[in-house]
This record gives sequence, C-alpha cells and structure tokens, in this order.
Amino acid sequence: MIELESVERVFRVGGEAVRALDGVDLTIADGEYAAVMGPSGSGKSTLLHVVGLLDRPSRGRYRLDGVDTTTLGEAQRARLRRERIGFVFQAFHLIPRMTAAENIELPMILAGLPPRERRRRVTRVLRDLGLAERCGHRPDQLSGGQRQRVAIGRAMVMHPGILLADEPTGNLDHRAGAQVMALLERLNREEGITLLVVTHDPAVGGRAERRIDMLDGRIVADRPQRGDPSR
Amino acid sequence: MRPADLASLAGGSLRGHPTRSLLTLLAMAIGVASVIVLSGLTEGARDYVRRQFLSLGTHLLIVLPGRNETHGGPPPLLGSTPEPLTLDDALALTRLAPVRRVAPVVVGNVPVRHGGLEREVTVVGSTAAFLPVRRLRLAQGRFLPPGDAHRARPVGVLGARLRRELFGPGEALGTWLRVQDRRFRVIGVLADTGQALGLDLGDMLVVPVASAQQLFDTDSLFRILVEARDAESVEPAREAVLRTLRRRHDGREDVTVVTQGAMLAAFDRILRALSLAVAGVAAISLVVAGVLTMNVMLVSVAQRTAEIGLLKAVGAADRQVLALILAESASLSGLGALLGLTLAAGVIALERRLFPAFPLAFEPWAVGFATGAALLTGIAFSLLPARRAARLDPVAALAGHA
Ligand SMILES: Nc1ncnc2c1ncn2[C@@H]1O[C@H](COP(=O)(O)OP(=O)(O)OP(=O)(O)O)[C@@H](O)[C@H]1O
Ligand SMILES: [Mg+2]
Repeated sequence: MIELESVERVFRVGGEAVRALDGVDLTIADGEYAAVMGPSGSGKSTLLHVVGLLDRPSRGRYRLDGVDTTTLGEAQRARLRRERIGFVFQAFHLIPRMTAAENIELPMILAGLPPRERRRRVTRVLRDLGLAERCGHRPDQLSGGQRQRVAIGRAMVMHPGILLADEPTGNLDHRAGAQVMALLERLNREEGITLLVVTHDPAVGGRAERRIDMLDGRIVADRPQRGDPSR
Repeated sequence: MRPADLASLAGGSLRGHPTRSLLTLLAMAIGVASVIVLSGLTEGARDYVRRQFLSLGTHLLIVLPGRNETHGGPPPLLGSTPEPLTLDDALALTRLAPVRRVAPVVVGNVPVRHGGLEREVTVVGSTAAFLPVRRLRLAQGRFLPPGDAHRARPVGVLGARLRRELFGPGEALGTWLRVQDRRFRVIGVLADTGQALGLDLGDMLVVPVASAQQLFDTDSLFRILVEARDAESVEPAREAVLRTLRRRHDGREDVTVVTQGAMLAAFDRILRALSLAVAGVAAISLVVAGVLTMNVMLVSVAQRTAEIGLLKAVGAADRQVLALILAESASLSGLGALLGLTLAAGVIALERRLFPAFPLAFEPWAVGFATGAALLTGIAFSLLPARRAARLDPVAALAGHA
C-alpha cells in the first residue's frame, strides 16, 4: 500500500525554487495497475523516485505498507528498495561489462543471498523472460527489447511488491514495446504486483486500470479506466 | 553482501578498465619493489661489513697507543705524550690467561725492488701469530718462523698480487728482494683473500717485526692484535690487557683497547639507521602510488556515476558502495604489492648472480613493511573517492551527473 499525503518536492536551482511535486495526495492499493501521464516536466519521474525511495519529499508524508518512510535511515531505505521495490528505466541502466545473467543477479548479491539460490532464480527468470539462450550475452550484444526484458528480470528477481517503470517503452519500437508491456502486465496479473508506469504514449497509458494525470507537480485527474480490451 | 561477492564485483570493475588498473598496479609494484630492493641493498651492505669484520678473525682485540684514539679527541693536556707500545709490551700480553695469540704490528711504506722493477709497498712487521690471528692462508712456502721476536731475520712473505707484479710467472720463493737498503729472502706467498676493511692484503710484504722496526727506524708498534681464547674471554682479555699495560707504563692508562664486537656494533648501528632511512625514502614512492590510486579511483567513480546510481536503485546501501570502492583499491594495492614482491625477488636474484661478492639481502621486515604500506596507502587514499561514491544522490547519479 502506497500512501502519499500532501507530498512536496522542491528543487533549488540558483535562487529559484522549482516545485517538482506540489501537494500530491495519492493512494495506490496492492496489486493495482496505474499509468502516470502528463507533459514533460510535470513531475512524473519525481513522483516515481519518491515512491521508489530514491528521493525524499521536501514536505508531506509517505507511508509504505503503513510505515512512515520519512523517518527511516539510509540503510533501512536501501533495504526496502532491495526487498520491496523494483525499478525499470527508459535507459535500461544495465551494467555494460556484465552479462544478462550477472545483471539479473546483482540485487541478490547486494542482499547477500547464497550463490546456489541466486543461480536457481536467475535461470528461472531468464526462462520466464524468454532469454534463456541469451544468459551469457552482454548488454551490447542484445536488442533494445531484450535489454529491457533483462532489466525487468533484475527488477523482479527479489520478488518485490511494487514495480515502478519510468517510460519503459520510450526507447523501443512498437513491437518490442508491446512485448515489454505484456510482460509487465503479466507480472501484475499473475503475481499481484503493484504496477506504476510513467508514459507519454497514450496507447501504453490506455492499457492501465487507472490513469493519473499530472501537470506542474499536481495530480489533475485520477480515474479508473476500462483498460486494454485485449487483457 | 558476502566477502567473496564483494571481491568478484571489485575484480569485475577493475577488469572493466584494464589500462587504468594496470597503471595503478604498476605504480604500486614499483613502489613496493623499490622499498624491498633498496633496503636489500643497505642490508646487504650490513652483511658485507659484518663478514669483513669476521674475516679479520674472531674474538679479536686491537690495542692502540694513546687514549681514546678512536674518538678523535685531543691528546691529553696534562702529563707527557703517551708512551709508545713496544715489542716487550706485546710479548707481556702473550702470558695472559684469556689470551690465545698476540701479533704485534708495525706498518710502513717503503720501496721494494726486484730485478729492474721497483714499487712502493706496504711492509707489515709482525710475528708468526699474524697468520692465524688475521685468518690468512699461505699459497706457497712458509710463513714467518716462530721464535725470538727480537731477532731481525731478513726473510719476508709476499702478498699474492705483489708476487704477481714483481715476479710475473717466474719463481718467487728463495729469491732476494731489495727493501729500501736491505735484502730480504722470499720464504712464502700468501693466498689471495681479497680485501679486508680497505687494507689490501694482496699488496703487502710481511717481515719479522724486529726487521720492520729497523727498516722504519722505530722502537714502537703501530698496534697489537690480541686474539682471545673464545667469545667469553674477550672481556676478561680486555681487562687483563689494560691492567698489564698500565703496570708496564708506570700506572698510566695510555692505550686504547677496541674489541671487534664493539666496532662491529658501531658500524652495525650506523648501517641499520641508514637502511631504515633508505626504506623511508623508498616508501615515498608508495605514497606517490597511493595518490595515483586516489586519482584513478576518483576518475573511476566519476565515470561510473550512473552505475553507482543504479546500484543504489537496486538496493545498495551507502556502506555497500563504500565497501565496493575500497575493495577495488585494496585489490589494486594488494595485487600491486604482490607484483612488486615478484619484481623485487627477480631483481635481487639477478643481482646475486651478477655480483656474488656483494649479494643483496631479501629482508622479511622490508617485505612486510612494503606490503603493509602499500595496502595502507592504497586504502587510505581511496577513502575520499569511496566516500564520494557512497554519498552520491541516486537520482542525480542515475541521470549521469553527480
Ligand atoms: N535535480 C533537479 N534539480 C532541479 N530541478 C529538477 C531536478 N529534477 C527535476 N527537476 C525539475 O522538476 C520538474 C519535474 O521534473 P520530472 O523529471 O519529474 O518531470 P517529468 O514529468 O518526468 O518530465 P519528462 O516527461 O520530461 O521526463 C521539472 O521542472 C524539472 O526541471
Ligand atoms: Mg521523466
């Protein structure tokens, strides 16, 4: 359960204050699938960073599963990121010198899981992603869609409750984008993961059950929608 | 995070930038190797001096005329000039219980001629005891005959090189040499033993002490070499020598007795200080390597900003990032130290083959010191870049700017 209460995030640029988030109230229940849309600079990424504990609100309250995250220390926030939250970025952010398998293994190494368990999970994830025969490939040997699928594998391997995706299809062509979205949606449907997708693409945003529109750091519309009929 | 995973993550990112890593490694290696080789040099010098002293013979005491000559102090203001040491002084010492042998020594430079060749030669006057006391060996013939030390017999023993220079391939034994205005018969030739503390024994002529005193027109001795019975007798011998000579010199203490151990200890102290100083200077190169490591790690952190942001996004705590960067620099300096050890071992082995007379020492303390200093500087100097990485704001870092 994600609960934001009058959250503000103010950046100081020179002498000016930029209100990237300006009084955001938002509650997302477990297992929801929501799309965040809005023009460039409206605060979508900032919202995602705050929800993902990569950034702290300047003011307001953020409770994750009932815990007030604003009082947590750095190590506790890192632990929550590791165990509860998965990130998928537009630019993939895979480590170039590591193979697909090693990139997926990384969060488990940070969590200190034993090597055997890590190997078991990596194999399983790669198979689920349809990348089993690509496990030894480095990112520069993979297509954009394959890279994003590896990134999703990395986000999922710790079985987080929440998956945050910032324009996951932004760097992909239509077909690869559709594949990636299908994968994310399957995780939401089959594993009950909370899915929050930031996107510019109305076709992508139209597939979610809930649509949140932002403008100038505020939520200007928040309504359920029918979702993609193909789902 | 498990230590093994930390190590393999660190190794992976070092392999990701082989040139940069190799250069740092090399700098560390050269620093470590120079500490080891340079201290091996001074320690080698220490060993060399020690061996030279031992080659003078063990349990040796040297009696010099005058007080405290070795300290270079001024001559005594009151009283007469010190009484010279005489041959009878030396003979009196032979009867002391802790003394095994006594060799009186007179030294001077005089022209020596054979056939058409003439040379200025160091002539040493002594007795039969000189051979064992100085640990010399004969190549040919006999040494000075034992017997009355006061008898000035016209016989002499040649150093190996002097023999070569005067006689070439010809026979030296039994021939007569002209030494100044006297004639001496060659009765023996010393084996070639090289140098001992600067005095080239190959270049001298040894004659009976009384003959030498006649040549130099003196009644006194240059010094007296006393060999104690064993290591425990050195101190009793010193006291007995001082007592005897005080009695013989009307109660005046006008001689100095230097034990070989005391001289060795003095030299050893100087060389030990020198070798520590040299190791310290060499350690500066390790500091340079440390600064280099710091720069390399700073560049590495700057170039990997996005990667560090990603690590944080997937759940790395600040401390884990810190540990990762420190592990990288620790592996660099550890491997560098290992490489440096290998390098130093190679250099020392090569030097020993090339200059067997003066082998470099491979000092365990230097190895420990160099390795420890390499690890310490490597880690200490990368604390700054590691902290910088740990404190990166993940959102800004992911965007690629710190
Ligand atoms: N680190 C920062 N320093 C200063 N201003 C920032 C910073 N990050 C974001 N902003 C500002 O906050 C506002 C919201 O930025 P944000 O990245 O959340 O927008 P966005 O909706 O994700 O835009 P886009 O669709 O282009 O990705 C923008 O005006 C942006 O310039
Ligand atoms: Mg954005």
